[in-house]
Amino acid sequence: MIEFQNVGKTYRQQVVALQDVNIKINKGEFVFLVGPSGAGKSTFIKLLLHEEKATSGKIMMNDEDITKVSNRRIPLLRRSIGVIFQDFRLLPNKTVYENIAFAMEIVEAKTKDIRRQVPAVLGLVGLSDKAKKYPNELSGGEMQRVSIARSIINNPSIVIADEPTGNLDPDTAWDIMRVLRNINERGTTVIMATHAKDIVNVMEQRVIAIEKGSVIRDDKKGVYGYED
Amino acid sequence: MKIKTMGYMIKQGFIGLWRNRGMSFASIASVTASLLVLGMIIILVLNMNNIAEMGQSQFDNIQVYLEDELENEQISNIGAELENIQGVSYVEYESQDDALEKMKESWGEQGYLLETLENNPLPDSYVVYFQELEASQAVVRNIERITGVDEVRYYQDVIDNLVNIADFVQLAGLILIGILGLIAMFIISNTIKLTLNARRQEISIMKYVGATNWFIRWPFVVEGIFLGFFGSLIALVVVYFGYEYVYNLVYARFYALFAEYIVSAEAMLQQITVMFIVIGIGVGILGSLISMRKHLKV
Ligand SMILES: Nc1ncnc2c1ncn2[C@@H]1O[C@H](COP(=O)(O)OP(=O)(O)OP(=O)(O)O)[C@@H](O)[C@H]1O
Ligand SMILES: [Mg+2]
Repeated sequence: MIEFQNVGKTYRQQVVALQDVNIKINKGEFVFLVGPSGAGKSTFIKLLLHEEKATSGKIMMNDEDITKVSNRRIPLLRRSIGVIFQDFRLLPNKTVYENIAFAMEIVEAKTKDIRRQVPAVLGLVGLSDKAKKYPNELSGGEMQRVSIARSIINNPSIVIADEPTGNLDPDTAWDIMRVLRNINERGTTVIMATHAKDIVNVMEQRVIAIEKGSVIRDDKKGVYGYED
Repeated sequence: MKIKTMGYMIKQGFIGLWRNRGMSFASIASVTASLLVLGMIIILVLNMNNIAEMGQSQFDNIQVYLEDELENEQISNIGAELENIQGVSYVEYESQDDALEKMKESWGEQGYLLETLENNPLPDSYVVYFQELEASQAVVRNIERITGVDEVRYYQDVIDNLVNIADFVQLAGLILIGILGLIAMFIISNTIKLTLNARRQEISIMKYVGATNWFIRWPFVVEGIFLGFFGSLIALVVVYFGYEYVYNLVYARFYALFAEYIVSAEAMLQQITVMFIVIGIGVGILGSLISMRKHLKV
């Protein structure tokens, strides 16, 4: 359902972030993106989100070449993708409940649906009792679970996470991985860029390794493969 | 757009307004100031045109005095000539006896004094009525060329001056308004920029979640609309009451003499209400669009 065909990305000042990437990711897969710092993992993710435009090649999503999509349609494409960041990106002046509801309000969901779905998703990430708390009253792991809840609230078919455990201690990181695994088991494709060696090695999922902008490894049940 | 979404936009607009109260106040004041100047110019031009128009109906005729001692035939020839001039509607002959009679009437009780005159000092004359005021100058020039015509009395130059001044005020005013409008727009766009910066994080999340560009933009447009609208509302109130105050002053002092020449506060309000609100809101929208163009990539 996602296919990169000879995709290249060169930033201004001639920085080549990705070159000739050919990758196919099927619906329901769990994929790790690994590689040294500056390899191009985040760039890969930004191309999927249409935050950056590919300089060459095609990116197919559900049989549509998203590199050719009009600006007007980009928001609609983004609704089929949930995003999670290392730094959570929660709104500090909104409660947990409001942060999640916000994602539904933005896509003009019905109030009735918001009232029904937000508690359900809060239950899924194990935060039912924190609905009225503000982000600064939460631990890092809890904040990340709020951001996961927000990413899946509109039922995306893909969830993309850029180093979601980067700011968390190992135990909390595993909590987060269990939530992501859970989401994946419900049929959602999960793509996760990470430097967490242990997690990659234990999970035994597909691993795509990028170095200097090129895919150098793509294993079905891969390992992290770097020493950091 | 759904009602609920509209509610959200309006709420966000108000929040933005309140968050940067200081700058919002400056924006509203700048819109008000521009419109106040516009109001003063409109009042001036409106009244000048009104006076010119009123004057026109009263001065749509001129008196053409004839030289002394003309033959009756010459006099009627001049009459025919006058009537043939392009732009003349019709002419009325007023002999020196008629003129004296009129004068006696207007002197009233003292009229008998004129009867002691040995010979009538007044000239024969024609009253020439114009078809339209604008052409009167050319008509007058033609009349002056006719032999036997001594002098032409008319008020055209006063009216002309009035119209010229009104035109000048209007032009200078428009330039001034243009400049003030630009300043107001600049201040508004800076106010909106503050809201934009305050909401940057929110906007970035909105984009990731798939908010449409206009969903993101609308609250800022609404904020601009509010700024312009409130500015125009205040200007309307100030212009109305300020003008009414001056109007009453003039009315009390010159009563009948001026009253009919001056536009009433109500009539003036009718002319400017829609204009002010449209301009205010327009400036607000433009200010916010400029700000978004510069500072918001969607
Ligand atoms: N906006 C940008 N403008 C110019 N160069 C950029 C930009 N973003 C990324 N790059 C460059 O592109 C290359 C790939 O960056 P990218 O962020 O994709 O790496 P990464 O694999 O995510 O690294 P990390 O593991 O440190 O997050 C780097 O050389 C980076 O400096
Ligand atoms: Mg990165």
